[in-house]
Amino acid sequence: MSTVDTNIESVVIRFAGDSGDGMQLTGTQFTNSTALFGNDLATFPDFPAEIRAPLGTMAGVSAFQIHFGSKKINTPGDESDVLVAMNAAALKVNIKNLKKGGVIIINTDGFDPKNLRLANVPEGQNPLENGSLAGYDVKLVDVTKITRAALNDSGLGVKEIDRCKNMFVLGLIYYMYHRPIENTIEFIKGKFKKNQVVADANIKVLQAGWNYGDTTETFANRYVVAPASMEAGVYRSVMGNEAAAMGLVAASVKSKLPLFYGTYPITPASDILHDLSKYKNFNVRTFQAEDEIAGICSSIGAAFGGQLAITGSSGPGIALKGEAIGLATMLELPLVIINIQRAGPSTGMPTKTEQADLLQAYYGRNGECPVVILAAQSPSDCFYLAFEACKIALEHMIPVFFLSDGYIANGAEPWKFPNSKDLADIHVEFVKPRNNEDEKFMPYSRDEKLARPWALPGTKGLEHRIGGIEKQNITGNISYDAANHELMTKLRQEKVDLVANYIPDQKIDAGDESGDLLILGWGGTYGALKTATQILINEGHKVSHAHVRYLSPFPKNLGELMSKFKTVVVPELNNGQLVKIIRDKYFVDAIPYNKIQGQPFMSNEVVSKIKEILA
Amino acid sequence: MTIEVTNKLTSKDFSSDQEVRWCPGCGDYSILKQVQTVLPDLGRPKEEFVFVSGIGCSSRFPYYMDTFGMHSIHGRATAIATGLKSSRPDLSVWIVTGDGDSMSIGGNHFIHLLRRNPDLNVLLFNNQIYGLTKGQYSPTSEQGKVTKSSPMGSLDHPFNPIALCLGAEGTFVARTMDRDPKHQQAIIRRGYEHKGTSLIEIYQNCNVFNDGAFEIFTEKSSKKEETLMMEHGKPLVFGENSDKGIKLDGFKPVIVNLNDVSVNDLWVHDETDLVKATIISRFYDNPKTEGHFPRPFGVFYVNNDRATYDDQLNIQVADAIEKYGVGDLDKLIAGRETWVVN
Ligand SMILES: Cc1ncc(C[n+]2csc(CCOP(=O)(O)OP(=O)(O)O)c2C)c(N)n1
Ligand code: SF4
Ligand SMILES: [Mg+2]
Repeated sequence: MSTVDTNIESVVIRFAGDSGDGMQLTGTQFTNSTALFGNDLATFPDFPAEIRAPLGTMAGVSAFQIHFGSKKINTPGDESDVLVAMNAAALKVNIKNLKKGGVIIINTDGFDPKNLRLANVPEGQNPLENGSLAGYDVKLVDVTKITRAALNDSGLGVKEIDRCKNMFVLGLIYYMYHRPIENTIEFIKGKFKKNQVVADANIKVLQAGWNYGDTTETFANRYVVAPASMEAGVYRSVMGNEAAAMGLVAASVKSKLPLFYGTYPITPASDILHDLSKYKNFNVRTFQAEDEIAGICSSIGAAFGGQLAITGSSGPGIALKGEAIGLATMLELPLVIINIQRAGPSTGMPTKTEQADLLQAYYGRNGECPVVILAAQSPSDCFYLAFEACKIALEHMIPVFFLSDGYIANGAEPWKFPNSKDLADIHVEFVKPRNNEDEKFMPYSRDEKLARPWALPGTKGLEHRIGGIEKQNITGNISYDAANHELMTKLRQEKVDLVANYIPDQKIDAGDESGDLLILGWGGTYGALKTATQILINEGHKVSHAHVRYLSPFPKNLGELMSKFKTVVVPELNNGQLVKIIRDKYFVDAIPYNKIQGQPFMSNEVVSKIKEILA
Repeated sequence: MTIEVTNKLTSKDFSSDQEVRWCPGCGDYSILKQVQTVLPDLGRPKEEFVFVSGIGCSSRFPYYMDTFGMHSIHGRATAIATGLKSSRPDLSVWIVTGDGDSMSIGGNHFIHLLRRNPDLNVLLFNNQIYGLTKGQYSPTSEQGKVTKSSPMGSLDHPFNPIALCLGAEGTFVARTMDRDPKHQQAIIRRGYEHKGTSLIEIYQNCNVFNDGAFEIFTEKSSKKEETLMMEHGKPLVFGENSDKGIKLDGFKPVIVNLNDVSVNDLWVHDETDLVKATIISRFYDNPKTEGHFPRPFGVFYVNNDRATYDDQLNIQVADAIEKYGVGDLDKLIAGRETWVVN
């Protein structure tokens, strides 16, 4: 068969199926092979909250989107070029996201009467037959049937055989986009080490998918996406939570302190626990507590004992931790609090993304309880800012918030990872033992950063008591003195403010230092805003983009940086949070731009909005 | 013979310079004194002791001890101490908590502490009232108690703390009282010696908001008749003239008169027997009811076989290092698959 190769610069593929169809695994495998092949990429897993929602229903649809190319890729893509639909529900949920004229690869067996009924498709309205897909390039494949035929003598049951379907699709897409399959074969061998039969079956079906592409006229068109011209160096693919966990371990190594992670499982933060619990040979201790309060409290205990203490959760858990964050602030012990944000109050939408906990981090405690707040902007940035959060906590003896969100936590990108020797040192010193004749130890004496000394239990002559009751400065004794409380409240704020002397200046990410409009973002919206800014600049607009990673305190030059623009727009996936703080702190008449749908920004919608503001 | 020159610690070494601020006559004073009496004798450097408390009158305790200490937040000392002990097994960690602190707001952490069994000691000051907040009923107050928040009598059925702790898989469960210094000291010492979580419930009189709650057990005139002092390997005998005992009739305990029954037929206390400990923990009835049982004091149950949480956690870390070698950060960061861009 003769095939035609077409060169394309980038493509967005969306794998969609039932949550039992293994779409996340398919997407991750495709991502790894694509990364190894040398493309730049960004991914977006979009899965239901229910682990096993009713089979075949719209509620159970799980999708994985990847955008890869030979150029710089900042986001997982607004719309997809190719949609893989394993069943009717997956098509129904995802078609609105497909480009006009896009390719749909359909598993026809997922459109039988039963699947149509489960997807609430009205009688006689099978999309494969009613002409509704006329504007698309539809490719029908009997995935289930072919998989079953390929494995009919494998000795496996139908259920086990059907679980290999996703490998067929993966093989086929590998063929279409000239991806190597060896990497996935190795993966399958590793994953099913203990079950040779299942390993063989998966590999066989993967190859069957590839061969199907090779022998069927339908797939005569293949696409070449050349490797991207990226900065020279060694790369890996990394997801946000994975990067955050490694950043914490790196801080532990650099500070020479054992890491203690006290936490309670919650989506989308649990993967940090899963990862850290595998790193015990790095002298890492993970503690799965009975709830989030115990999670943070165990970490406070560990911090008292001289560990690099970390706790992590998502919004609901952070709400529970509030009182203990106040305690850590009063104790002036180092503590990193991780919040992988998710959408909505209460349970909200656990698997959907949002950046609505900034005000919670800022103000969400009783009394006045300022903390340092950092927010990562991309999957790989989670590494650097998790590391930085630890460094600041340890060197300033202060609680530090690290904010991420479901979007970057589960998203992946290629990462030119650093060499450990290039990471900053983290300087920690414990108070030395004392004898009776030495001066009495003062637990709340301070250095130039206003940090108090870290005196570990077990050290001779340093016996002292700390607690949540207001302290007398320097001695640390209980004090209800009026003037002292005011002094201490101001000191705790000043301690946070002084961190500004130790963080980098705010940079303009794209565009000129001055202009008509500044897009001021924070957190996981980075890629979408960067792409949008690039489009606007290319169209001749005087627009720039700055992305704030240090949110409390802000970089010292932020006010001045904003003053060079006629308009400042703050796009956020919330109802307006950073914009409030910016307006309050800098008296800038910043314009909010908000999306609150549990979904990331699309670059196109940002472009339209900015043009509307500029007009 | 060599003369040993040691700076032997005294109870004074364990007193901080902070003025003790409990109400005069409060049972907390006695507990502070007994702890300060026992600690110097344990042969351990002072700097290795850490007292962690929650909130309540009782939780002020760490301020008065010249050791390391943390006065934390209401109900959470258990969790804080677990984190501390897990990462610093070299320390002697003590939790000081009240009946409200441990069994109301901190109830969740309390039961999980006991099942995990880290090697630390809990001094549970039970005064059957909220002292610090000025006298509301607590989870151990008797039903019908008239307090500021229950003018018509409280509706809540109380916990039986010892039964709760046994149910929560505690490995050392004991009871003592503020008014019996010798007994208290002995139990505190045994608690310290136990490897695992030692739970010591201490009946503590709050003479301001719940005066006399335990009078019947502590007053000379009624103590012998109303208490059962348990000792391992000894028959359960009580009474003004040690003339009464407890006998097991199948699983049913019965009070017998030693004029009718031989001491040899009595129930012999066995601390290691969980079933018997469970039965005896149920001697918790109202002393005013007819045919009630005496209230037991001493060690109900000890389990020396359960590994401690801190040991197990640290063994896992050591095993991981042995198996995989000390973690290599660069290898970790590089992950399984990398590629080179030229
Ligand atoms: C979060 C929180 N809720 C409520 C309180 C108020 N509070 C302080 S101590 C206490 C009860 C203490 O009772 P208990 O633990 O029995 O200690 P006691 O004072 O009797 O020794 C309460 C309700 C608090 N400090 N923190
Ligand atoms: S209120 Fe009661 S428990 Fe609190 S110090 Fe006074 S007597 Fe003791
Ligand atoms: Mg009480």
